[in-house]
Amino acid sequence: MQSFHPRQDYLAWGRVHRFTHHVARPAFADELPGVLAARGTMSLLGSGARRSYGDSGLNADNALIDMRGLDHVIAFDAATGVLDAEAGVILADILHLLARPANGAGTWFLPVTPGTKFVSLGGAIASDVHGKNHHGAGCIGNHLLSFRLLRSDGATVTCSPDENADLFKATIGGLGLTGLIVSVRVALKRVPGPWLEHEEFRYGDLNSFYRLAEESLADWEYTVAWIDCLASGAELGRGIFARSRHADASTAKPAVAAVAPRIALPVDLPSFALNSATVKAYNNWRWRSRSDEPVRHIVPFEPAFYPLDAIGQWNRLYGSRGFFQYQFVVPSPHDKDAIRAVLTEISRAGMGSFLAVLKTFGDRPSPGMMSFPMPGTTLALDFPNTGARTHALLDRLDDIVIGAGGRIYAAKDGRMSAKAFQQGYPMWQSFARQVDPHFSSSFWRRVTEGAG
Amino acid sequence: MTGIAIFGAASAIAQDVARLYAAEGATCFLVGRNGARLDTIASDLKARGAAAATTAVADLTDTTQHAALVAQAKAALGTVDRVLVAYGTLGDQRAGEADTTVMVRELTVNFVSAASLLNLLAEAMIPQKAGKIAVIGSVAGDRGRQSNYIYGSAKAGLGAFALGLRHRLAKDGISVTLVKPGFVDTPMTADIPKGGPLWATPAQVAGDIRAAMERGAAVLYTPWFWRWIMLIIRSVPDVVFRRTRL
Ligand SMILES: Cc1cc2nc3c(=O)[nH]c(=O)nc-3n(C[C@H](O)[C@H](O)[C@H](O)COP(=O)(O)OP(=O)(O)OC[C@H]3O[C@@H](n4cnc5c(N)ncnc54)[C@H](O)[C@@H]3O)c2cc1C
Ligand SMILES: NC(=O)c1ccc[n+]([C@@H]2O[C@H](COP(=O)([O-])OP(=O)(O)OC[C@H]3O[C@@H](n4cnc5c(N)ncnc54)[C@H](OP(=O)(O)O)[C@@H]3O)[C@@H](O)[C@H]2O)c1
Repeated sequence: MQSFHPRQDYLAWGRVHRFTHHVARPAFADELPGVLAARGTMSLLGSGARRSYGDSGLNADNALIDMRGLDHVIAFDAATGVLDAEAGVILADILHLLARPANGAGTWFLPVTPGTKFVSLGGAIASDVHGKNHHGAGCIGNHLLSFRLLRSDGATVTCSPDENADLFKATIGGLGLTGLIVSVRVALKRVPGPWLEHEEFRYGDLNSFYRLAEESLADWEYTVAWIDCLASGAELGRGIFARSRHADASTAKPAVAAVAPRIALPVDLPSFALNSATVKAYNNWRWRSRSDEPVRHIVPFEPAFYPLDAIGQWNRLYGSRGFFQYQFVVPSPHDKDAIRAVLTEISRAGMGSFLAVLKTFGDRPSPGMMSFPMPGTTLALDFPNTGARTHALLDRLDDIVIGAGGRIYAAKDGRMSAKAFQQGYPMWQSFARQVDPHFSSSFWRRVTEGAG
Repeated sequence: MTGIAIFGAASAIAQDVARLYAAEGATCFLVGRNGARLDTIASDLKARGAAAATTAVADLTDTTQHAALVAQAKAALGTVDRVLVAYGTLGDQRAGEADTTVMVRELTVNFVSAASLLNLLAEAMIPQKAGKIAVIGSVAGDRGRQSNYIYGSAKAGLGAFALGLRHRLAKDGISVTLVKPGFVDTPMTADIPKGGPLWATPAQVAGDIRAAMERGAAVLYTPWFWRWIMLIIRSVPDVVFRRTRL
């Protein structure tokens, strides 16, 4: 018999919010009706691998249904590349499965992958995740054939582009608020092999970034840049541009997916470990260590797509107060000005980000009504939580972003104001009509505050 | 190709062990109480690489079914190369004290029935002159404690049985490994408050089990530090132990 147990250890990846949750941990889908029935007066929320940074996957003092136990693969068809799996299956397991010779080792790949392979299918849909191939592939929502959604009234609804299409669109990017995603059918992508052709080189300023992004559109499936966000003046926006594409290296042997991190941080580092001096030194070193000329390598996909996964629990680098990730998108054609304004503001505040990732989004729309991407430019930054100072800076950045017609990525957010949310996601009220009456989250309560 | 028979196949720990063998293309024979769940697990294992996975539904306290189950395992696998006896219940100690029927049932699930099954499996495997068996006991069997000595004594009995069987089967080239997990985060321990370094994941424990079974180890404490924790707990003198609430 499943019921809810109070737990203090359900934290999001940023480790800022410390809440009590009443957690149920079903191991099989047949337990879900019993779990829903046991909620009492609490609101419900599905929980995945907790790789969201802020409070979109948290539900303070209410119920979380930890879906990681529902991690059974239902079927994989190696001829068509269709995967049918429970929502708790993590991408790393799928990659493992695709590396098997019986499944054509390196024939199929995830159509879209975020920068970590430790997210669940359910979590990927609920945030409608994007990857470095957004300009061609869109979001994960563009590749879903169907999923099964369990509502709090006990009904299981099959959703697809032509069946229950409203719930399909609301659930993709719907932050878990429309019900529990139980299982998912996703169309994988055929690739020539398990290898990537990968290039990395440094560039000097923001204009060069845009030139490179434009140039790479046609021939490079994956593009991204790491920028040194403490560089200013003529060097503003300088960074390292990386681009890759699936390669047909038939002579090379297949890469085996390394699922487990090689090393892990067992404890929180003292919070001074990542301060502006270390960040500055790191970014400087990183920029200087790269060449101006493209260096081309044939590499396995792991280090190219998931560099951070090599260090387990790297989020503990930021100490016990945790950190904020700030990711926003600003629409073209004025995206460059907004990015410049944001970088100038950060540089002026002297609060550099250890990791700053810049990418242009394409114009392929996702079916998800609350989906984050829009054609333009996205920037993701990490800031250690230093309290009021961090909040003040991020509020100033919000003003720039919202003023430019952009929005903040909910999967990374733990602090934006209701106003910033509602302006960034003007469709939120029609979305609210699809929200399950007994589902909620700390994020949702915060950003709909005062909206009655 | 390896054939593995798993008794209590829906256990969280057993599922993770099965996935490790499935990834290498093993054939799996899965026994448990809930047929629909076994089907879910069988599909999962096949997608993850198992050459085949068949299921049998049984309440394993019914020892009269054991001979048929063992025959079915042999028929499904050809040779029974690997066996995992994983099922068990963590009964309510106080309920067992209050009601002897409850206590006897707990002893039957965790010890008597498993002994019956292992005895028949041994008979079936001896002619093969090869094979490896792992039996999941518990650190709770290392010393009787007021809080769970009914479960603990059943696991202690199972442990002595497994090691005795190991001794007997050595000459036939069959190994028996006694597995003693500490705290594992599974449905069995859902009611117990969690957190802290003592709690292991089923996947961690499964990796240890597979490695120890393949090595043919006699006893596995998993995670490893439980060997030392239990060494200390066993050596606390009775005069002191009596006063603890362990
Ligand atoms: C290192 C790192 C890199 C990242 N890179 C990217 C990136 O490149 N692109 C990108 O888009 N994102 C990225 N992310 C964010 C991450 O992909 C999303 O936050 C994703 O939603 C996490 O999924 P999860 O399984 O961890 O779910 P959680 O974080 O546990 O939950 C996320 C949301 O999904 C909901 N949810 C989870 N499971 C279910 C279910 N079964 N049914 C209904 N709702 C459910 C939760 O309620 C919550 O709203 C990154 C995160 C990290 C840590
Ligand atoms: N979790 C721990 O902390 C821990 C510690 C030490 C030892 N262990 C041992 O590890 C083993 C696996 O347990 P687990 O932690 O993985 O827990 P689990 O997921 O609850 O698994 C226990 C399994 O045993 C099955 N079972 C119980 N009674 C049965 C019966 N009469 N006939 C057939 N099957 C029966 C259950 O089947 P149903 O699904 O039908 O109920 C369930 O699948 C057990 O032997 C347990 O004692 C666990």
